[in-house]
Amino acid sequence: MHKPSLQAILVGLIPFIAMCFSVPLWDRVHPFVLGLPFNIFWIVLWILMTPVCMTFAYKIERRKIDAAGRIQEGGIQHG
Amino acid sequence: MDSSTIALSVIFVIVLVSSIVGMYAGARYKMNLEQWTVAGRGFGVVLVWLLMAGEIYTTFAFLGASGWAYSRGGPTLYIMAYLTLAYVFSFYFLPQIWEIGKKFGMQTQSDFFHKRYGSKNLAAFASLIGVIFIIPYLQLQLTGLGIIVEVSGFGGISRATAIIVAFILVAIFVFISGVRAVAWISVIKDFLMLFAAFFIGIGLPYMYFGGISEMFTALVNAKPLHLILPGSTKTMGQTWYISTVLLTSMGFYMWPHLFSAAFTAKSNDTLRKNAVMMPLYTITMPLIFFVGFTAILVVPGLSNGDLALLTIVRNSYPAWFMGLIGAAGALTAMVPAAILILAAATLFAKNFYREMFAPNMTDDQVEKLAKVMVIVITLIALYFAIYSSTTLVNLLLLGYAGVTQFLPGVIFGLYWGRINKTGVFSGLVTGIAVVAYLVLTKQDPFFGINAGFVALCVNFAVTITVTLMTKPEPNRFNEESVS
Repeated sequence: MHKPSLQAILVGLIPFIAMCFSVPLWDRVHPFVLGLPFNIFWIVLWILMTPVCMTFAYKIERRKIDAAGRIQEGGIQHG
Repeated sequence: MDSSTIALSVIFVIVLVSSIVGMYAGARYKMNLEQWTVAGRGFGVVLVWLLMAGEIYTTFAFLGASGWAYSRGGPTLYIMAYLTLAYVFSFYFLPQIWEIGKKFGMQTQSDFFHKRYGSKNLAAFASLIGVIFIIPYLQLQLTGLGIIVEVSGFGGISRATAIIVAFILVAIFVFISGVRAVAWISVIKDFLMLFAAFFIGIGLPYMYFGGISEMFTALVNAKPLHLILPGSTKTMGQTWYISTVLLTSMGFYMWPHLFSAAFTAKSNDTLRKNAVMMPLYTITMPLIFFVGFTAILVVPGLSNGDLALLTIVRNSYPAWFMGLIGAAGALTAMVPAAILILAAATLFAKNFYREMFAPNMTDDQVEKLAKVMVIVITLIALYFAIYSSTTLVNLLLLGYAGVTQFLPGVIFGLYWGRINKTGVFSGLVTGIAVVAYLVLTKQDPFFGINAGFVALCVNFAVTITVTLMTKPEPNRFNEESVS
């Protein structure tokens, strides 16, 4: 079983910090950005940014898995 | 034709066509237990995406999210945050669960507990907890469906009739095609849902205020504090937000039906790619919120916020359009209900009944019993939905906080070799006891913190402490595979 690498976990923490822990910093209405109250704009922005972060996490994981030669597709025996 | 007939015809045609698609989906495959529950582990990125989206965008997303925006305001932001973060979190353990599941031929969450901890009692207990918490969730879908068809059909048929007809259809397509039916009906549902969300999420603010920005400006002027935490509530502040987002995003895939959806994937890479892309699906949620926010000023004073979306649509669009929205709403209840029924039936037959009472049952007999349970579970939920109570929301909160207590057993099971069954069992029981106590005595939030999160922390502490005080056990995931 492939365990997630520390680098990939650190990348995944970015959306958690942005959307969850930092709420006191962005939970306000003004200024409006693109017609949205600031907190709603911030959340929507991070819905879009999260796949970008996770693409990096994917690349990191993929490199490690390929290096370890452990890609497992259905039907192939492994242990 | 009057409005009621038009809207109901549209709903009926769409729901019927979808059900036929669902029944047809499994007809090409010879059904056995593995085909019925996890589609022979043959789903690629697109079907897994659709299946998972189908399970996630439930009637709560449709009615509840707009209802929260309408009646609570700011706290509703937690929904967008936790859905997005649930996928992020899943990136780090769902592919691993798939690997283990593939290695040992797992179909359910309890199979995971059974193999890892080598205890049929723990597995049977976990499956019973799973089934118990699924029933109120299912009941919520049924009740939501009743409300949708009643309101969008302009009161043309009664809530009870709508629920019964829809659920006979659900039981039939689950019975015939299992998980394949669910994935294919999701295709139709997702298109309708996307269309509905974009059309009314942007259309309604323009219709009444001339734009989304103008709508928010009017709302901020009328209710300056509604959009920030704790919004129009007293208890849902920033601490509540952080603890709730953590609890629900980490606990999300602990729902037995979402956990076992991982086993339908063709490869672990499918699940990684899904985790990367799924957050984009959350982009429909703000649009649903816009509808709820618009409704505050346009149809103020509704006693039940859950009716906000349907009421404003009914007041603003022609009957056939109301029918389309009603059909989208009905499918958002039927698809998750189907997967909930499937998961509960399999858990009961395979992991509870066979483990505890009939160890010699073959897979074919388990599949037959599971199909009988499809009918039994549907009837139980129907009974609750029709004669139901005001405690529905409480039951759901209890359910969410309850299933999250599986988290230590799953995460430590994967990543901590020292963990043992006594630790997991003690943590699980303590966690559920704390949840039940805090929620039933109405102490949620507990000092501003989500009660489920408090219970999860206690659960982790107990699991770790008891494990370290008891004897180590071998990690059974390191054994050779069964195949």
